[in-house]
Amino acid sequence: MTDYAVEIRNVTKTFPLVTANDDVTLLVEKGEIHALVGENGAGKSTLMNILYGLLQPDSGSLTIDGKQVSFNGPGDAITAGIGMVHQHFMLIPPLTVAENVVLGQEPNRRGLIDMPTAIRTVQALSDQYGLKVDPTAKVETLSVGIEQRIEIIKVLYRGADVLILDEPTAVLAPQEVEEFFEILKALKAQGKTIIFITHKLHEVMAISDRVTVMRLGKMVGAVKTADTSTAEIATLMVGRQVLLQVDRGSAKPGDTVLSVTGLEALDNKALPALKGVDLSVRAGEILGIAGVEGNGQTELVEVITGLRPATKGEVQLAGKTIDGLSPRAVRAHGVGHIPEDRHRRGLVLEYTVADNTILGIHYHPPFVKSRGVDVLDPGAIVAKAERLVAEFDIRPTDPLNPAGNLSGGNQQKVVVAREMDQQPQLLIAAQPTRGVDVGSIEFIHKRLIEARDGGTAVLVISADLEEVLSLSDRIAVIYEGEIVGELAPEEATEERLGLLMTGAS
Amino acid sequence: MMATLWAILASTIRLAVPYTLAGLGGTYSERAGVVNIGLEGQMLSGAFAAVAVTNILGSAWLGLLAAIGVGMLLGLIHGVVCISCKADQIVSGLAIIIFSAGITVFCSWLLFDKTQIKAIATLKVPLLHEMDFFKAFFSQIPPLVFVTVLIVLVSHVLLFKTVIGLRLRAVGEYPKAADTLGVNVYRMRYLAVVISGGLAGMGGAYLSLEHAHYFVKGISAGRGFIGLAAMIFGKWTPLGTAGAGLLFGFGEAVKPYLPKVVPSQFIDMVPYLLTIFVLASAIGRATPPASVGIPYSKE
Repeated sequence: MTDYAVEIRNVTKTFPLVTANDDVTLLVEKGEIHALVGENGAGKSTLMNILYGLLQPDSGSLTIDGKQVSFNGPGDAITAGIGMVHQHFMLIPPLTVAENVVLGQEPNRRGLIDMPTAIRTVQALSDQYGLKVDPTAKVETLSVGIEQRIEIIKVLYRGADVLILDEPTAVLAPQEVEEFFEILKALKAQGKTIIFITHKLHEVMAISDRVTVMRLGKMVGAVKTADTSTAEIATLMVGRQVLLQVDRGSAKPGDTVLSVTGLEALDNKALPALKGVDLSVRAGEILGIAGVEGNGQTELVEVITGLRPATKGEVQLAGKTIDGLSPRAVRAHGVGHIPEDRHRRGLVLEYTVADNTILGIHYHPPFVKSRGVDVLDPGAIVAKAERLVAEFDIRPTDPLNPAGNLSGGNQQKVVVAREMDQQPQLLIAAQPTRGVDVGSIEFIHKRLIEARDGGTAVLVISADLEEVLSLSDRIAVIYEGEIVGELAPEEATEERLGLLMTGAS
Repeated sequence: MMATLWAILASTIRLAVPYTLAGLGGTYSERAGVVNIGLEGQMLSGAFAAVAVTNILGSAWLGLLAAIGVGMLLGLIHGVVCISCKADQIVSGLAIIIFSAGITVFCSWLLFDKTQIKAIATLKVPLLHEMDFFKAFFSQIPPLVFVTVLIVLVSHVLLFKTVIGLRLRAVGEYPKAADTLGVNVYRMRYLAVVISGGLAGMGGAYLSLEHAHYFVKGISAGRGFIGLAAMIFGKWTPLGTAGAGLLFGFGEAVKPYLPKVVPSQFIDMVPYLLTIFVLASAIGRATPPASVGIPYSKE
């Protein structure tokens, strides 16, 4: 008889339009790291919200530590020893680490907060699990990786034995992921049970003991990690074979489209971010830029697209100098830009999908008609959106849905569709599949290759090495604002890239 | 010379009280995430209620309580509109200002047949007011000044050292985070706007009972807004707000003593200019609570 920390049996939960969980069973053993994987919309979040008491199931049973329970709210779940680390952190930046942790359950003497006790408790938890967090630091001064540890401490402070981690690595840089895995191991070593929600299959393989796969609200498999492979999990998730390795022919590069010479620029703190970058991209090829985030990638893209001034050097597009032009003029020269942060720069979430598909070209006919003043033509806008929705398999298909209602993968497809549809000479794709599910990743990769084969010069910037390796015809490595090496994909192993990316060679 | 300095100092302190009380009211409310420009109206209604109740019941202390009560009631209305109904906070605040301007004049005519009402009593401290020394002293520095000092100190402790204060600030910064930890966002915000209104009402009572000894139409005269400026100047802290209140009070106190080269209207601009300067300058940057002005709704 196995000892289960969590038994969710035959749970069904329906919403007005969909069955989010259909007879789902999830069994999590005590002290294991259990990966829960599935595409966006597979029902993982619903299931976890049921476990955390935020939702009540229509039928089925919930058993924690051998005792059947029913939760009316997160408070009940917390009492039962369940803690949740949300994907979007719930931290208050101007407060200290200790204040954030104890909020809601403050140690106090007649209403006055007992800060020394709070600090001591947080320090003790930090030490116990090797989290290396300073309780007196203000959260606003800390990195994302540390913030995540604070979230874990918050959960531990409330006495959780089962930790639900919702896509914890989505926000972390590669080296932070390594440290994060160490923390998970430390938690496991001390007897905590961890449910780890992710899309990233190599992480499942690296850290989990067992995997449960969900698809379209159903549980489609539960296996020991050691007995499976990424290919098998991917197939279960999507329901068909997934090409993790992008299938592509060799590039047939033409003339140079983008040429960057001696480019220098400052970052937001007015410190040098680019220190003389030289690179070129030809028509019909993909240049991938690999590098640890924060080494000048963001600034490079911003300078090329006209969002940031260069302090020195030149950017040429098909022989014409474009640096110093406004973003609108750069776009008009035929530059498409899939920005790294779709919420900040890619979409207006409050706008409809249709309106989002014409951002940046909204001043062109047929989207505007001139009747003395320029007036938008909703018919033309919706027609374009309907075409793109079909072509890029954007779901739900209603073009008048606000973009904010779409899942991350579908939002990204809206951006990709808009940028590709203009058939740019140069397409810049920054972190094109960040926070996107496996099916959409495959789709976006395929479209990038198609753009290349159609003669577009493609510049891919990604923190995901696998992505760079599988897409690029040439790989340039950026480190501290300089291109420190350029490799053909055949000679670029993860090890060699890793050394270049960390400035070791 | 000494007499002049003392007069300016006493006048500074007297004039600082309404700014400080209104600013504290703003601090509570905005720290919890609710903009309360209605302070101006809560102050005006408080000023009227203080004199009206004093004259009808004959006790200035009851007048003070009435002013605080009226302020709290208007704060509660602001809360219902902005917190529960999630309406725009500026619009609601503006409505309170306009409503107060109207209702005070209406009630003045109704109850007293005029809009200039002399207060028949002032706040007297039992025992102390019998002694000549204190009587003279209180005529320079009214008793409510000391209550205000006490409130500033208590507010500092309350906001920064207590469980309630931590929760109140959390709710103004990131209500969802507080909510997931079991903090009742709505309750904290209601508490804050009610305190806020009460403080503004008390500021109004000070104006009419202690400062002018009269209620006149529109007596608050923008002091609620200067209170908000004091709050910003003081970076949303009680001590800072009190400091800014003193500064603005000083600006007003020295006015009669300044040579008449600059038109007094320009001197009146000083608090606002200072506030704009503080808001715009990078040095000593003032960051408002992150979620101020945004109604909170659970999904």
